[in-house]
Amino acid sequence: MAIAQSVLEIVLDECRRHRMKTVDRINVQVGALAAVVPEALTFCFQVVAQGTPAENAALDIETVPVVMRCPLCGELFEMEDRLDMCPQCGPVVSGLSLISGREMTVMSIEGRGSDDGA
Amino acid sequence: MKVPVVRNILEVNERLSQENRKIFDAKKVLVLNLMSSPGAGKTSVLERTAEALQDRYKMAVIEGDIQSSFDAERLQRKGVQAVQINTDGACHLDSNMIRMAMDSLQLEGVDVLVIENVGNLVCPAEFNLGEHHKVTILSVAEGDDKPIKYPLMFQISSVLLVNKVDLLPYVDCDLHAIHQRARQLNPTLEIFDISCRTGEGLEAWIAWLEARIRERKNLP
Repeated sequence: MAIAQSVLEIVLDECRRHRMKTVDRINVQVGALAAVVPEALTFCFQVVAQGTPAENAALDIETVPVVMRCPLCGELFEMEDRLDMCPQCGPVVSGLSLISGREMTVMSIEGRGSDDGA
Repeated sequence: MKVPVVRNILEVNERLSQENRKIFDAKKVLVLNLMSSPGAGKTSVLERTAEALQDRYKMAVIEGDIQSSFDAERLQRKGVQAVQINTDGACHLDSNMIRMAMDSLQLEGVDVLVIENVGNLVCPAEFNLGEHHKVTILSVAEGDDKPIKYPLMFQISSVLLVNKVDLLPYVDCDLHAIHQRARQLNPTLEIFDISCRTGEGLEAWIAWLEARIRERKNLP
């Protein structure tokens, strides 16, 4: 719910800045490792957005895969299972570094302003 | 029209957490964010920690609960300054709540402030509060699969306290598997096996904590 509220605040802030009257679509990126369930975020957003210019906006949530870098060979690989290992080196004691997978970003918003004629 | 935004959804919380951190650093207070599922023993760990530190260091606690001030009262009975935050349904604490709680907290002379988060292994992991370290508690009764099911919490913590080890003979939990899985997610994780009930293993945890307090105060 707090995350949906934060999305709405960003969207409304950008609306004011770009003089947008109605928001049709919000494009969001969420890492697969972030503690966000897309369905729950969509539902919560519908609740918090009521009565705002974003109340009918579609929330388009793109899931960003978890990509890790192996500290030994430098290989980047996608982690499907939490305990996946480097395909080249196997288990690595010094730890893998996370390249992507924790994002929570509002990427863009689409909508209509007063002078769009819409 | 399409407007590019590219803004972090948690930007407000991040900014506030950095402001909180500045206040903590200025007062040289070590701050821990204590997280676990409900019933893993957060308040018991705090009671034991308060007892162990009471002659040498001053501890304060911010208690996060959805309802009730039961936990804060438990700690106040131990002589610890405790402020209760009721989140009214929210499943985690955020930096703004911490800032408001700080208004009713006397931080002068406090050596360590522990923020007891809402019992939940998911959302609290996403919200930085300005703390120096995250500490996760997992009790053996919850099972050894938890690091795999809730990886983020284990990845971002500095310390894992495996609590209730006195129950090991009675539960199907492989302690070695907890260590192995947690370390695979986070190779620098400090792990202490403890029992608040018997006191087992608490010394090592207290030693770690005291070392961090001294570090914060630039003491040898």
